Amino acid sequence: MKPTSHAFKANARAALGDPKLQQAMTNLRAGFVERRALMVSRMPEWEQLRDQAVAIKKHTLAHLDFYLENFERNVVANGGQVHWCRDAAEANATVLSICRSLDAKTVTKGKSMIGEEMAVNDYLEANGITPVETDLGEYIIQIRHEGPSHIIAPAVHLVKEQVAESFRATHTHLDPNRKLDDARQMCDEARGIMRQKFLGADVGITGANFLIAETGSSIIVTNEGNGDLTQTLPRAHIVLASLEKMVPTLEDAATILRLLARSATGQEFSAYTTISTGPRRASDIDGPGQYHVVLLDNGRSALLGTEFEDMLRCIRCAACLNHCPVYEAIGGKSYGWVYPGPMGSVLTPSLLGIEEAGNLPNASTFCGRCESVCPMKIPLPKMMRHWREREFSRHLNPAAARWGILAWAFLATRPGLYRIFSDGAALVLGYFGKARGRFRSLPLAGGWTDFRDMPAPQGQSFHRLYARERRRKERA
Amino acid sequence: MSDSRAEMLGRIRRSLKRGALDETTAAPLNARLKEHKRNLIPKRAAGLDHRGQVALFAAMAEGVNATLVRVPSAQDVPGAVADYLSRLNLPARLVMTPDPALADIPWASRPMLEIRKGRAEDGDAAGVTACFAAVAETGTLMLHSGPESPTRNNFLPDTHIAVLRASQVVASYEDGFDRLRQKFAKAGGGFSLPRTINFITGPSRTADIEQKLELGAHGPRRLHIILIDDGQI
Repeated sequence: MKPTSHAFKANARAALGDPKLQQAMTNLRAGFVERRALMVSRMPEWEQLRDQAVAIKKHTLAHLDFYLENFERNVVANGGQVHWCRDAAEANATVLSICRSLDAKTVTKGKSMIGEEMAVNDYLEANGITPVETDLGEYIIQIRHEGPSHIIAPAVHLVKEQVAESFRATHTHLDPNRKLDDARQMCDEARGIMRQKFLGADVGITGANFLIAETGSSIIVTNEGNGDLTQTLPRAHIVLASLEKMVPTLEDAATILRLLARSATGQEFSAYTTISTGPRRASDIDGPGQYHVVLLDNGRSALLGTEFEDMLRCIRCAACLNHCPVYEAIGGKSYGWVYPGPMGSVLTPSLLGIEEAGNLPNASTFCGRCESVCPMKIPLPKMMRHWREREFSRHLNPAAARWGILAWAFLATRPGLYRIFSDGAALVLGYFGKARGRFRSLPLAGGWTDFRDMPAPQGQSFHRLYARERRRKERA
Repeated sequence: MSDSRAEMLGRIRRSLKRGALDETTAAPLNARLKEHKRNLIPKRAAGLDHRGQVALFAAMAEGVNATLVRVPSAQDVPGAVADYLSRLNLPARLVMTPDPALADIPWASRPMLEIRKGRAEDGDAAGVTACFAAVAETGTLMLHSGPESPTRNNFLPDTHIAVLRASQVVASYEDGFDRLRQKFAKAGGGFSLPRTINFITGPSRTADIEQKLELGAHGPRRLHIILIDDGQI
């Protein structure tokens, strides 16, 4: 997926004017936000679980080399293999060589954000292997040749009529006059089509929510059961995982699992949580004959020990997206790559560079809801501010913004001067705005007044009013 | 490939501003793995007695669209299966895992039930499996793969009938892990997990189209739990 994060402003403008997108995004609130709040209210130990989860991940990241080596040893002991991949190109080449060694023609795929990051589907397709996304949302965007707009609900930006249209255009072997009015009919259609894909696939690829050092296992969490059919039926199971998915023990995974589904979909527990360890055993009567873990770095090791290390705690629950007023207004595709919303605004510049993604950390009101709902307590606004600082220090902002910020900094660090300026501004604006009480337009403030009036000041600055009030109190 | 491994580990260590851990510094980490200490367990289930845990399990499972029937003993299971299928107008044909845990059930008492033992194939409409354990906290079944319990039987049939015994209900996932550690303990210490552990909480579902919940996305459309009280309750 070629990033368009640099075109964020144009993307966002288009999204705000797209009536279907705006209609689809209204589903977010009832779907995710309210159910999450309900689930949290039913778990009195929520805050303690959060603190423990943070401690587990911090401990793991501080000893990541140790746990990765342990993990590998246990994968191998159970008959699997770990493939260390520095970047997406290496990971794609690894997946392809495994597929070729099995003479694979079709590959079923469970939802994986690492797969999106690698653009593994495009790569396999270009090399003559057919990848089939099996998660309903991923399948919908695959047949529409789109990228995901949400990290757990990839097709949340679409209304059902658009899905029906794509089904008709793709499933041309079915009766063109069939009914496709509601989600039920579309689910059944996808189920029927996918069943044959599951049974016919040579290789199954899934992501991983966790890697367990103690046992050499990977864990996936799904609701549809597609990930399980994907990894159980074919001859080989390939797991795509980035290295920060590591946790030490099953017990550590259990603690974070209690946070994941509640934060993500607002469920007590997802329908399917599956622990996979190695290939089928000699006496098993089903399961894949090979188990490969493709372990991807792709820039993550460079975040350790920096002000962005906390981002490596992220468990991809999407609570920060669901609670972000900016995300809710513009949808995920405006962000221009695979990770949208607040977590994407921090992660995308880390992975693609601030030159490509400089707009993203600026697309925040700093309202702080993302951090307050983040189960892993990641200080997202603070890290967006770090990116803004880096962008500024590298002279990447537009000239007008730079000069504005410099002028502001000059004033704000000189209290005497600041007071003179703000007194003057309050006086002048107060005088001109007296009649109406508001301004329809102001020079240099079109960004504000084009969309709403600016209230006129009452003639005195806050500093002055405050000082006066204090003097009055002292006298009294 | 081994170059990549060395390079990735090197990068991690450079970022962490240290070299590889020596034996002394690794010792507490190895101890942590060996101890696999539990973190906080919510009181919801752990604070109840076993009878309460079984009741909570049933309520939680029903809360996520599973159906559940409690029967006094294994003798009653074939009747419960037949009743369930006939109530839903489903054919009385089943694929059953060759699990010894299902062996003491007198299936012949319901000759109308047509049962094939083995792994599920395309077209098997209903299947019966045993369970390894069940977690009261969230109404979650726990199953594992093995020669007698193929994983595909949990996912291919439209209707999954799971036979569970009250004694298998535990409070937490951690209790389930303890049972796994025990069952799959290795002679020289430690344990080795089977290929697959499935935690199953209700039937398959999706909300990928306009956030509208639909059951039966790719896995079972229905999950029916037959809970044998076994004189425990």
